[in-house]
Amino acid sequence: MNTRRTPAGGEATGPGPLTGSGDGVTGQGALPGAGETGRKAPGTGGTATDQGSLPARREGAAGRAETETGPAPLTGPGSPGSLTGTAVSPGAGYGPAHVLAGEIPEPDKESRHGGDAATERARAERAVEEVAADLEARGARAGGEAQEVLGAQALMARDPSLAAEVGALIDRGVAAPRAVFDAFGKYRDLLAAAGGYLAERVTDLDDIRDRTIAVLTGLPMPGVPASAAEPFVLVARDLAPADTALLSKDVVAAFVTEQGGPTSHTAILARAMGVPAVVGCAGATAIAPGTPVLVDGGSGEVLLAPGPDRVAAARRAVEARRAALSAADGPGATADGHAVPLLANIGGPRDLPDALEHGAEGVGLYRTEFLFLDRASAPSAKEQEEAYRAVFEAFPGGRVVVRTLDSGADKPLAFLPPPEEEPNPALGERGLRMFRRYPEIMAAQLGALAAAAAGTSAKVQVMAPMVATAEEAEWFAEACRTAGLDSAGIMIEVPSAALRAADLVRAVDFFSIGTNDLTQYALAADRQVSAVAGLQDPWHPAVLDLIAMAASAASETGKGCGVCGEAAADPVLACVLVGMGVTSLSMGAPALPWVRAALARHTLDECRSAAVTARSAVSARDAKAAARAVLPGLEDLGL
Amino acid sequence: MAERRVSVTSEVGLHARPAATFVQTAAKASYDVTIAKAGGTPVSAKSILSVLALDVRQGESIVISAEGEGADALLDELAQIAAAP
Repeated sequence: MNTRRTPAGGEATGPGPLTGSGDGVTGQGALPGAGETGRKAPGTGGTATDQGSLPARREGAAGRAETETGPAPLTGPGSPGSLTGTAVSPGAGYGPAHVLAGEIPEPDKESRHGGDAATERARAERAVEEVAADLEARGARAGGEAQEVLGAQALMARDPSLAAEVGALIDRGVAAPRAVFDAFGKYRDLLAAAGGYLAERVTDLDDIRDRTIAVLTGLPMPGVPASAAEPFVLVARDLAPADTALLSKDVVAAFVTEQGGPTSHTAILARAMGVPAVVGCAGATAIAPGTPVLVDGGSGEVLLAPGPDRVAAARRAVEARRAALSAADGPGATADGHAVPLLANIGGPRDLPDALEHGAEGVGLYRTEFLFLDRASAPSAKEQEEAYRAVFEAFPGGRVVVRTLDSGADKPLAFLPPPEEEPNPALGERGLRMFRRYPEIMAAQLGALAAAAAGTSAKVQVMAPMVATAEEAEWFAEACRTAGLDSAGIMIEVPSAALRAADLVRAVDFFSIGTNDLTQYALAADRQVSAVAGLQDPWHPAVLDLIAMAASAASETGKGCGVCGEAAADPVLACVLVGMGVTSLSMGAPALPWVRAALARHTLDECRSAAVTARSAVSARDAKAAARAVLPGLEDLGL
Repeated sequence: MAERRVSVTSEVGLHARPAATFVQTAAKASYDVTIAKAGGTPVSAKSILSVLALDVRQGESIVISAEGEGADALLDELAQIAAAP
């Protein structure tokens, strides 16, 4: 319960709530267990609430009919009285169910006001303003991200078009509560129809609507008790930011929602709070209030009225995981002492505290594009130098691998306009290809890096993204040498670079494999297209083969080959990567303790056999299962 | 009637924080400000729900219109918000 995120969750939060900046630079990695379809096991007890009387809600999050060989459940699967959903925040939580669903009934369709439209309109306006002000006040008390989320909700509540709609309905005689219900309905339909990010905002809108109707009708405000005798498991269709903003670990043992995915508010806030959560759990709101519930945020299992032995076992398993994680510290290494530096992926100096706290030995991927985004012109040489130096100085004597600007048609920069409309940006002019067009931007960046490196003891390494040919690798390495940089490398993201790694390695000092793009290109599955997300799996043996080719080409020439994609954050895959000859692993900081612990439990030989057996599999799923079977130390980590 | 045509470059489109900033800026005007997708029906730029429901994605063009005191300056400001990457 002490982990903020699941092992692979470091980059998995997606666009997030209304205020999310959604940089999209990082991968779309799924959380362990994500993608499971909620299922209701036979024999599930529980009293169904009268759902017929509830306001219409959006349909459940689309679940893929795919079961992942995720972390082992704390309890036996398919046990009586169990539900399963998508695990989005790890740990085990146990407590009585507090079911939060449909406490505000839909106002009667035919309800009319007494005839004084002006008074009724004023009443509606006051109610909306009261709700908006309350949302803002809750935000101010909660602070941080919750404040932005609630502020955005207040903006929705005060929407002038919505107010006009409510007013028009009241003028036609409709009573205020029903007018509010219908006016919101129009926008909820528009947002729901748009799907994706906008559909996730429907929950926010429904919450504002229900709060407004509660004010108008004198019903108790929907919400969650702010205190409780014992921590409860909060069960809901979906949770709105206002529900969760003021909750704490002292009150909530776990979250279970019927709807929502890994980017829902519930998932994001549960991870931030360190509270276990299962979302997309079909049948959850049918759980009878007060039923003792055991929630496994690692496997997605929700157990109703479990026996005391089950609860004790779950708590022991969580405690063991916590102990195993905290026991692993120091530099990354296998059980037999083969060193594997564990590095952090960062977007800038603001990510350094997190990296240091999780024991990063250096930086394996510094995404410099964050310095370039959100602005009309390129940052000055001085500004760049300062940002780079701040990172270098955080790791005296340590390694800092800087990726040069990775822009392109999918991450356009105002000052680097794409030359033409690209029908397929992933295959267009991006990464190093953009530098070929704007060499002055590259020269300025390399110059600033060299200047910043000169004054520090960090081992600065610079690498280019999106390199496809040996000629490109030579061109970049030459530019680095001209700028006075000692160590020039390339990312291996394009299959051609992996296939001919032996040619490319001659030109450079190191490789770093970007598994997200490598997977996208190897399987011809655009990362932005959710319909092909199932192919975006670095466990695919074709991807493993490409990684092995790059790693062995580097190793034959005595050069390093790191991995800095989502794959490195998967503790199981991390062992396989090391077994294939990968020399360092870089990941989002929260995954570092998991990967460190997984490596520390296995010898290099065990990692090698895991690699061999994974590569001999035919599918991604089989590869993962085969690797797990020969990595005995995963079990006590609950992986 | 002053008008600006802008291509939205933000990865999140005119959603999330860019949309909130856009609407809050438009709301400062005492006169009507509208936003439309190229060739589409204009909606109030002061309405977060209308702007979100337009579902403007990265790469799409929008037309912002207004008429009144200082409309040109306001439209410039809105265009800058909408065009920011």
